[in-house]
Amino acid sequence: MDLDLLTSFLASAVRVATPLLLAALGETVTERGGVINLGVEGAMLGGALAAALGASGIGLWSGTVAATLAGLVVAAVFAVITVRAGADQIITGTAMTLGVVGLTGTIYRRVYGPEGVGLSLPTFPVQAVPGLSRIPVLGPALFQQSILTYLAYLAVPLVWWLLFRTRWGLQLRAAGESARDSRAAGVNVGRVRTVGVLVGGALAGLAGASLVLAQVGTFAEKMTAGRGFIAIAIVVLGAWNPVRVMGAALFFGAAMALQFLFQSFAVGVPYQLFLMLPYLLTLAVLAGAWGRTAAPADLGRREM
Amino acid sequence: MPPALELRGISKRFGQVEALAGVDFTLNEGEIHALLGENGAGKSTLMKVAFGLVQPDAGSVAIGGTAIRVGDPTAARRLGVGMVHQHFTSIPAFTVAENVALTAGWRLRPRQVLERVRRLAEGTGLLIDPTLLVADLSAGLKQRLEVLKALAADARVLLLDEPTSVLSPPDAEALLRGVQEFRARGVATVLITHKLREAVAIADRVTVLRRGRVVHTGPVRDETAERLAGYMLGEPMTGEPPRRAPAGPSTGEVRVRAEGLAVERLGGSGTGLRSASLSVRSGEVVGVAAVEGNGQRELLRAIAGLRRPASGRLEVARPSGFIPEDRSTEALIGEFTLTENLVLSQGHLAPWIRGPWVDWGRAERRTMELIESFAVRTSGPGAPAASLSGGNQQRMVIAATLERRPSVLVAENPTRGLDFRAAGEVMDRLRAAATDGVAVVVHLSDLDELLAVADRVVVLADGVLVDLPPDASREDIGRRMLGATAG
Amino acid sequence: MSRAGISRLWLPVLAVGAGLLTLMLGLAAGGYDPLLALAALWRGALGSPDAILSALLPRAIPLIIIGLGIGLAFRAGALNIGAEGQFYAGAIAATWIGLSLSAWPRPLAVPVVLAVALAAGLLWASVPVFLRLRFGVLEVISTLLLNFVAEALVSWMVQGPLQESKHIYPQSDPLPLAARLPQLPGTRLHLGLVVALGLAGLLWVFGTRTLLGFQLRATGANPLAAQVMGGVNTRRVFGLALAVSGALAGLAGGCEVSGTSFALFQSLSPGYGFTAIAVALLARLNPLATIGTGLLFAALEAGSSAMQREAQVPAVVVSVVEAVIIVAVLLADSAQRRRLLAEAGA
Repeated sequence: MDLDLLTSFLASAVRVATPLLLAALGETVTERGGVINLGVEGAMLGGALAAALGASGIGLWSGTVAATLAGLVVAAVFAVITVRAGADQIITGTAMTLGVVGLTGTIYRRVYGPEGVGLSLPTFPVQAVPGLSRIPVLGPALFQQSILTYLAYLAVPLVWWLLFRTRWGLQLRAAGESARDSRAAGVNVGRVRTVGVLVGGALAGLAGASLVLAQVGTFAEKMTAGRGFIAIAIVVLGAWNPVRVMGAALFFGAAMALQFLFQSFAVGVPYQLFLMLPYLLTLAVLAGAWGRTAAPADLGRREM
Repeated sequence: MPPALELRGISKRFGQVEALAGVDFTLNEGEIHALLGENGAGKSTLMKVAFGLVQPDAGSVAIGGTAIRVGDPTAARRLGVGMVHQHFTSIPAFTVAENVALTAGWRLRPRQVLERVRRLAEGTGLLIDPTLLVADLSAGLKQRLEVLKALAADARVLLLDEPTSVLSPPDAEALLRGVQEFRARGVATVLITHKLREAVAIADRVTVLRRGRVVHTGPVRDETAERLAGYMLGEPMTGEPPRRAPAGPSTGEVRVRAEGLAVERLGGSGTGLRSASLSVRSGEVVGVAAVEGNGQRELLRAIAGLRRPASGRLEVARPSGFIPEDRSTEALIGEFTLTENLVLSQGHLAPWIRGPWVDWGRAERRTMELIESFAVRTSGPGAPAASLSGGNQQRMVIAATLERRPSVLVAENPTRGLDFRAAGEVMDRLRAAATDGVAVVVHLSDLDELLAVADRVVVLADGVLVDLPPDASREDIGRRMLGATAG
Repeated sequence: MSRAGISRLWLPVLAVGAGLLTLMLGLAAGGYDPLLALAALWRGALGSPDAILSALLPRAIPLIIIGLGIGLAFRAGALNIGAEGQFYAGAIAATWIGLSLSAWPRPLAVPVVLAVALAAGLLWASVPVFLRLRFGVLEVISTLLLNFVAEALVSWMVQGPLQESKHIYPQSDPLPLAARLPQLPGTRLHLGLVVALGLAGLLWVFGTRTLLGFQLRATGANPLAAQVMGGVNTRRVFGLALAVSGALAGLAGGCEVSGTSFALFQSLSPGYGFTAIAVALLARLNPLATIGTGLLFAALEAGSSAMQREAQVPAVVVSVVEAVIIVAVLLADSAQRRRLLAEAGA
């Protein structure tokens, strides 16, 4: 494989990885607090539609802000039902995603006509980082991206600092390990968990924006296609640590980008096999990773 | 000088039950104040009200003369109150330093936090390495950390809720010595305990609760353990079970025989069982003395057939019955009815099973009979197990276990969380089973209870079983539980 | 009757009411005519014998069968969210075997088609069972991810190995008559309804009268107690329940191909696998109640098609109603549990 092809492959891997990274970072914060939010798929999808509506109506940045807010709203509903009312997290998350699929589908058809249209949206331009983008092979892949990718890079140390260097992060992680013991230590478990879920939702919404406004340039029903669920797998693979989560996200970005590469090369092989690849890979990796890394001890447990 | 802690007219209701009914409680500066009462008398609830963890229905709380908003978990902390709970509350996945920082609400600067915890440990004499992971600490060190956390925010008032119940006798003594040292430095302490001996030994004053009301308060020096027990129960009674007289060697047939038995450790901490040789005969009660995490769970569960030995030989007569330590998570399904719990515990061999079918009517009739003969207080066989009190739940568990007509009965700390009347009843049931010819193996975390029920005692320390002569002293057993040889 | 008994009776009504109210308010806010939509919903579901026999009941069949399986799995504590994929596995297998049985007599061919579909669903669900028991991978994640794999598989099948003989349309050839479930003449209602009702009765007897059914419930309620006190092999029970729920979803896929669509194509399921979660939850995992809730959601699905035709309201909007119903049931459940705990905690 020649270097240009490698570079363009890596660049598309990073581009594809960006929404995964954003959503996975958010879910890392959520899960460190002991909450597993399967509604991250819904928050991402809601963010995607909000990004499309905002961007086609006003502009790219309003689309981005709208997407973040949409993710926040989905997460807020989830938090009220699970953290406050104590309902099962898994089923609530599934229901949230189901509801958002219906809602986004309805709104989309309402706005763009009953059959939908091939929507063409403005996208964030690629901006090279001076200097860094000159590094051979990796430079253009990592540093000729849209602003949202750079935001995702920045979010990695930010989330790390939040989790491991702030009092709030300590309280959140404590709540994720044991709600009962945290309460004995004076932690307001409901509050830190709610904030954790909201941070996750906002980042998932932003992930939706990056999918629409930096990667695809259009909106379609159910367009997230399980990326939110893959983000949850990435969190496991990344051992609930933002830095390792970034590595895992890039790995999955590469797996998904492989589709494009193979589809142009491996003629004759059904393209659907490449569509399956990321999901099968996720399963394989989970089988290898689960149990070797310690999940937050209270993860998914019902709050009494 | 205003009292260190003053509670006035505290009332609290949980559902139908009045947990506290207008309780007044005063802790003077620089005193150790023992708070006594049966299970459910309201001791823990009262202290949780003082600490802001439970919102009372009525009443006021003042700390050092300053009234605080009740039900606010940060207010008491800010005024220098620290609490040690009945169970460990440190986060196992965190280091000692992180746990202290969490409780004290410090900012998270790793190096500063380490330094502060080190200074605190030296200042209080509670020496502990702040970089250790809590999961790796022994029970004694864990409890030391609990006290350290309680003192972290310059505590002037210490609330200790049964702090010695999880400790071996020597660790417990060390902890109580520490409390006396804190008194010398002006720290006022409330000590909740069910060990009357402790209260009489170190407290200055004592308050006794019964059914949510104060029935006695006054200085300790005039009191005896017997009189305190009388206040608690409302009737005269001896406070602590007497030690069982050593029996002659048992002559029943051997029902359990273990040789060089080793079992992999259960759960996250502890040593597992490294080596145990033991035989238990029909008609005798063998007591296993051990500090938490020294292999007793593994030994008992291997005998009960729930764990496979890693090496060594183990022969156990069947059927066997098992009473797990945790009633709510292992012995019973809380939302299931008593009948359903009985059916679950009896499996395929019960008379109400025909092929794949369950005859629920027959199972219910049997449940009714057991409720009657074990005097279980409940609305009936259709009541969910969770609706029963701890003592009545344990009656039901014992009834179900004996229903299997076991040759061997294994009981894992069956008196945990029971007041001493209920605990006494459990011990009587174990004795009665032995009289009927059952071979009984029991672990009790309370050494005095264990000595009261067992014909002979074996000690597990660091996963190794040591047989003891029948006349071994309480002190000798306590030392061996810590792994020390007889001295 | 106790307070809990009354609320159990009223809960489904309240939950569905909440769902429909949300729908009406949402439609009004979106500028649709809610009354027109509601009328269309009614007509499409229950407005005529034809609506009932050809729209409602055929949709109820897969929902009931899948809902029964999900109920069984949830009872055992196995969160199977992959029924959609298991349904497709069954549909693919049924199509494949059905197409090759044209020479067989119908009373023999149809059971074979359904059995193969059942086996395919079982096999598909065995992957999450294996991953959970061998590697500890949560079945929630694995069943979910396998949905996407199954959808890609269907897409490949209808454009590849199973594509119709002219290779134009992305669908399979129609099944031969021998492989088709008999229909009530003049309607689209097929014999699968009897299968669904029979299974409901069977599972009800299994759950309430057999020791294994009881042990399955105990495994879901408290696996530790089931193991320690009941000597139940909870891993085996868990795996069995998850595999059987997959088998039932596969059977539903087989019934759909053999009784309704007679061919495989990409959007064969309008999300039955997810709707069935709501079906099972609203029925409180009770097999007999699942018949009722299956009919209810089938009515919603059937009505939503009419709503799209007549009131131009996108049919996907029923997903929102389903989500609201699920959440309403969850909230009622957790409120009840809290009350129980508060009473027990005293």
